Amino acid sequence: MVVVGAGIIGAAIAYECAIAGLSVAVLDRGPVAGGTTGAGEGNLLVSDKPPGPELDLAMMSLRRWREWSEEHEFEYEPKGGLVVASTPEGLKALDGLAAEQRTSGVESLGVAELAEYEPHLAPGLAGGVFYPQDAQVMPALAAAALLRHPRVTVHTGVTFTGLEGGERVTAARTDAGRVPCATVVNAAGTWAAEVAARCGSDVPVMPRRGFILVTEPLPRIVRHKVYAADYVADVGSDDAGLKTSPVVEGTAAGPVLIGASRERVGFDGRFSVPVLRRLAAQAIALFPVLAEVTVMRAYRGFRPYTPDHLPVIGPDAAVEGLWHACGHEGAGVGLAAATGLAVARGLTGADPGLDMSPFRPGRFA
Amino acid sequence: MPDADLAVIGAGPAGLAAAGAAARAGLTVVLLDPAERPGGQFYRHRDGDDGRGHHHWRDYLRLAGDLEGVHYLPGHRVWHAEPGEPHVLHCLAGNRDERPVTVRAAKIVLATGAHDRALPFPGWDLPGVMTAGGAQALWKGQGLPAGRRVVISGTGPFLLPVATGLLKAGARVAGVYEANRPSAALLPLALDPARAVEGAGYALALARHRVPYRTGRAVIAAHGEGRLESVTVARLDRDWQPVPGTEKIVTCDALAIGYGFTPQLELAVQLGCAVEDGPDGSAVITADAAQATTVPGVWAAGETLGVGGAVLAMATGALAGHAAAGTTPPGALLRRRARQRRLAAAIAAAWPVRDGWREWLRDDTVVCRCEEVDHGALKRAIADGARDVRSAKLLCRAGMGLCQGRVCGFPVARVLGVPDRPNRPVAQPVRLRDLAYPDTSRGEHR
Ligand SMILES: Cc1cc2nc3c(=O)[nH]c(=O)nc-3n(C[C@H](O)[C@H](O)[C@H](O)COP(=O)(O)OP(=O)(O)OC[C@H]3O[C@@H](n4cnc5c(N)ncnc54)[C@H](O)[C@@H]3O)c2cc1C
Repeated sequence: MVVVGAGIIGAAIAYECAIAGLSVAVLDRGPVAGGTTGAGEGNLLVSDKPPGPELDLAMMSLRRWREWSEEHEFEYEPKGGLVVASTPEGLKALDGLAAEQRTSGVESLGVAELAEYEPHLAPGLAGGVFYPQDAQVMPALAAAALLRHPRVTVHTGVTFTGLEGGERVTAARTDAGRVPCATVVNAAGTWAAEVAARCGSDVPVMPRRGFILVTEPLPRIVRHKVYAADYVADVGSDDAGLKTSPVVEGTAAGPVLIGASRERVGFDGRFSVPVLRRLAAQAIALFPVLAEVTVMRAYRGFRPYTPDHLPVIGPDAAVEGLWHACGHEGAGVGLAAATGLAVARGLTGADPGLDMSPFRPGRFA
Repeated sequence: MPDADLAVIGAGPAGLAAAGAAARAGLTVVLLDPAERPGGQFYRHRDGDDGRGHHHWRDYLRLAGDLEGVHYLPGHRVWHAEPGEPHVLHCLAGNRDERPVTVRAAKIVLATGAHDRALPFPGWDLPGVMTAGGAQALWKGQGLPAGRRVVISGTGPFLLPVATGLLKAGARVAGVYEANRPSAALLPLALDPARAVEGAGYALALARHRVPYRTGRAVIAAHGEGRLESVTVARLDRDWQPVPGTEKIVTCDALAIGYGFTPQLELAVQLGCAVEDGPDGSAVITADAAQATTVPGVWAAGETLGVGGAVLAMATGALAGHAAAGTTPPGALLRRRARQRRLAAAIAAAWPVRDGWREWLRDDTVVCRCEEVDHGALKRAIADGARDVRSAKLLCRAGMGLCQGRVCGFPVARVLGVPDRPNRPVAQPVRLRDLAYPDTSRGEHR
């Protein structure tokens, strides 16, 4: 089988399929993790998802990520997430969400004394909820580790150009020749619509731009992933305009990562100083000590989003042998492990372990 | 309303010439530079410096005289340049009381110069090893010799003024090792294109101090317990692979290395200017005959176009100033640029960086000093699917540290076999509070 895309999704699929006994060729027009996987933060979050199919997928994924982390080194850190609310009403809403999430298996703890978790948080916040299951990985290292499986071969610098075969896939066409195969998985992330079009199909995946600021390495002044309650609303928002909400976290390597912005501006790669200013101001509002901390760099990526904010996972509605696994928006790293499992199980005729129908590619027709 | 018709970034020879030409043509000009004094690397000097030991000091005084008509902003570091009408420059000014400053200008001349290029080899991370430019800055800026007994290694005509500078500062120079074998005829000309005769003076100074100048040789390893004590010098073949059996140990307490210069292009890239491969392996700004970049209202001058020396920098700077002002440049200026460009091309061809230096690396040789990434880790990243500088950074952290790949970008790109393309949206470290500072750049209200 052929997987198009050597991001975290393609790597997870290749790895799980290899474990299931398949031989996998992974193609990428760029390097490993050169797409959105190299431009994201690598949080494995359950805290930001309301109950529903995405949360179920995230819970399944979290379990698999934990297993992976026992066999591979990719800076897995189960540091936990702290969601804070500035007003009593905000805190009430947060507690309500946490109660609902509990029915899906999400553990959480109401926190009245925020300083016990994060001593440097701004005073005067109403309170928060701590999610011990939230974790983090270094996504590029994770992709590279998974792709080292002996039944996986990686072909970088190779562009997928289309399919061969009529009703059934018989080969993948590339700019470096054809690769005979019965299955092609479209794991091209934000570029999945283009890959689908080359197969005579379509998936409605579009880019949603985000910026991240990275500080100088610091002693652990931010211990967890910390974000404000309005982040959850931004993630699910349908607004094309700029959304920013403070997301601040310390990393094992020392630098603090500051996000998160969301904008639909196509593939406009230019940096936006106003967005960076807002991210900085919001981070300082949450952690006043950060005011004197130095930003070393900033980067941006394009999250692959779909109209209903759910990923596209499963066989193509028309072309036999073509599968899609894309459109994971701002949660592709977190959802990668379950996506890999579900595709491998689907391809080998096993039970996916979860109702995958909410993710089926044909749902947009 | 823009603050000025023209902002010139960089107050070296190119920037000074550009600012002067544009101001004389009637533009309001701001000139920004991170240093406290004008002159850039080339004219780096101390207070009360009388110019002895500086080349073209008279040119410098003339250029500095032009500053009268220019709004000169020393101590200004541009951390981000936004293209538009007007262009917006986000700066940090001052040292201890650093503060954010925003400068708007209808036009920009980029004269951001180049920084020293080093190649890694075993032991290059020992204290006592520095870049040739760093050694020169110590002497020019503070009058200090880099060490008592100094070895110089690398390639290019620049090694010689560094050697004579060290001699003047009171150091002993144990040897100058030039990796290439340039023709003897080209050397004096390359050293001082305007006055080839004076250039030959370097050779005399070295001879007088009995400093060995050896070509086709380089320092391929440095040794010492906690700090530099000696180096291994070896003869190199045409591709710079060390010739076995030719290694010899030279004792020293300082080593200055210089393998040419890498243009500083982050602001150009931020503005959206196209860049291309320069003659010596580093990227340069793409510019037309009038010094215009591919972005409207942005011109480039000096070493951002490839290393060519101060005379060429002044010529391209003055031409960029004329172009920005819309005045016709004197024909003599165009002829000087043409002449100097031919010379620069000949120099680039005579002092290339050959890939054989990669043989100097061992698996445990540090490639990225900030993050302490060794060559073995870089090779593993390549085996894992790293194909460019960004993916190498993601997979082994090379270039992720304090210098943001300014030092290791070139060698890492060479190991990968790809062009080094600078992409640093934050060109200077900036405090979060200065970043959050509400300014009036487009799209953001106070
Ligand atoms: C700022 C930001 C922060 C984020 N933070 C998080 C987070 O904390 N947690 C989280 O879970 N997610 C996060 N994300 C989202 C996450 O990064 C993505 O959902 C995920 O990386 C998508 O992975 P992917 O493998 O689908 O896509 P990609 O990594 O983009 O991989 C797709 C690959 O396909 C290749 N490709 C495309 N077309 C072709 C072709 N024709 N031929 C060959 N190859 C092709 C591309 O080169 C690319 O390498 C963040 C994203 C951004 C932008």
